[in-house]
Amino acid sequence: MKFAVVVFPGSNCDHDAYYAAKHVLGQEAVFVWHKDARLGGADAVILPGGFAHGDYLRTGAIARFSPVMAEVQAFAAAGGPVVGICNGFQVLLEVGLLPGAMLRNRSLKFQCEHVYTRVEQTDTPLTLACQAGQVLHLPIAHGDGNYYAEPDVLAQLERNRQVVFRYATRDGQVTDVANPNGSANNIAGLCSEARNVVGLMPHPERACELAVGSADGLALFESVVKSVAGLRTVA
Amino acid sequence: MRARVFVTLKPSVFDPQGTTVADALHTLGYPEVTDVRQGKYFELEIKAASADEARRIASEVSDKLLANPVIESYRIEVADQEEGGR
Repeated sequence: MKFAVVVFPGSNCDHDAYYAAKHVLGQEAVFVWHKDARLGGADAVILPGGFAHGDYLRTGAIARFSPVMAEVQAFAAAGGPVVGICNGFQVLLEVGLLPGAMLRNRSLKFQCEHVYTRVEQTDTPLTLACQAGQVLHLPIAHGDGNYYAEPDVLAQLERNRQVVFRYATRDGQVTDVANPNGSANNIAGLCSEARNVVGLMPHPERACELAVGSADGLALFESVVKSVAGLRTVA
Repeated sequence: MRARVFVTLKPSVFDPQGTTVADALHTLGYPEVTDVRQGKYFELEIKAASADEARRIASEVSDKLLANPVIESYRIEVADQEEGGR
């Protein structure tokens, strides 16, 4: 299968995502410049981490108007898997493919550390190869990861099982201490109502080989591959 | 014409930066400052025939870009007598 990794000016995890897809998983991967109006026939799209357009104004606020985003929206509307990692998640929120918004971390600090993340849902393209309740050790690196949504939106997210990842302790307890940024309901990642668009603050692409401290992110990339293979079978 | 746009977090949204500034002011000896909300301020130069039109444009760009309606609200002031009344 073929991954498209979107490159905004200021993206800095684009090469990590490309490396994970191509060199760790052995899949095809292409970079797509944010001004390109085509996704190059990709089966899945990754919006990578970084600081698109310098994060001026708000994180993701300028990136949502990059020409490629119209294509990404059309791809998502057609059911294609779209994954937003960290800054990519923030772009998905700004463009409205996922509900809510990010506030500054409650610590006011840029949090750069490994955290534990519990997989809540396994029927998304990013978690198909995971077990429900599986705890992943993944790095985070963000200043604005404090997820916010109005109470009724949060209730709807929970009702629709759209919370895909939650910050948790090593043994999977969802506690306030395990919440690194103050996110509502310990939310670390979400999916769209149709479940094909997934955003998360942790960086699975930086945790695909034991040499970098954790290979727990690999299951998420494998999920995308499995999901695309499934889509093809159905088609 | 100049429009000023003030973007602030909605009252229901926690403002960790404002809270920290308030804490610092208390440390500085200003307990009478009971709350701080931090926001953003924009000055827009707009080619418009009337203050109403400038306000309409400022409001449109605030909805589209300057503010995120999920967490922020905004207030607009239009000053048409400034800069020699242009």
